[in-house]
Amino acid sequence: MNAILALSAVLFVLGTLGVLIRRNAIIIFLCIELQLNAVNLALVAFSRVWGIDGQVFVFFVMTVAAAEAAVGLAIIISIFRHYETVDVGSFNLLKW
Amino acid sequence: MDVQLLNIAFYALAIVAMGSALGVVFGRSPIASLLSMVTSLASVAGIYVLLEAHFLAAIQVMVYAGAIMVLFLFVIMLLNLGHDYRSDLRGWFHGLLALVVSGGIGGVLVERFLAVREVGLQIAGPGAAELDRAIAEKGVIGVIADPLYTTWVVPFEITGILLLVAIIGALVLAKRTVEAPR
Repeated sequence: MNAILALSAVLFVLGTLGVLIRRNAIIIFLCIELQLNAVNLALVAFSRVWGIDGQVFVFFVMTVAAAEAAVGLAIIISIFRHYETVDVGSFNLLKW
Repeated sequence: MDVQLLNIAFYALAIVAMGSALGVVFGRSPIASLLSMVTSLASVAGIYVLLEAHFLAAIQVMVYAGAIMVLFLFVIMLLNLGHDYRSDLRGWFHGLLALVVSGGIGGVLVERFLAVREVGLQIAGPGAAELDRAIAEKGVIGVIADPLYTTWVVPFEITGILLLVAIIGALVLAKRTVEAPR
């Protein structure tokens, strides 16, 4: 149990690190998926103790992840058409 | 299965999951990162099997490692990013800041998990034995389908609406062709 929670924490921290240090928008999305996956792992581990509801919640998290990936990738394609890059450093329209 | 074997399997899967997560974060080309991600998701699915969540393990492999990752692969290939080997890591100052932020988040997580270890398990719910009995009674899919279609049926239906909205939104966003505001 503790080892699983530790693994979940490590995966979440790696996902956060990836979101913060990469510039490629697609890799940032992959790292967000990594974070969601770490949360899922913790939920499944807790569902061993607190009952099956944690696994139902993991099911919903996966659905939201799928929807988020579809919309996010559509936005990335749309942005790529404008700027011909997926480098988040070059999307400066909303910066001041 | 005896506990020793389960522990060895868990640690092997955990090492693969962490190693490939590092591969996702520091991979050179987007394709390499994506394939590391698939490995990471598959080994987490293995850990789900060890935790008796067989249905979620199957869903993890089919939906996550299968469908969603193939969607990412399609986009990478569509935008022709597969042979982009330039490092896109941010500068050292930003990296240091990221390290501090994610280290802080990690510290909070560890502190919370230690708190759970101290007080949380005393107010434990049904526990693993009860779950195993339910699985033996209803089967691995029945045990998750039963609460999903009774207690959680309203969130389940809302999830359907969410997916519909996501499909329409993705189509509208990806189809629109507007000239670049240069």
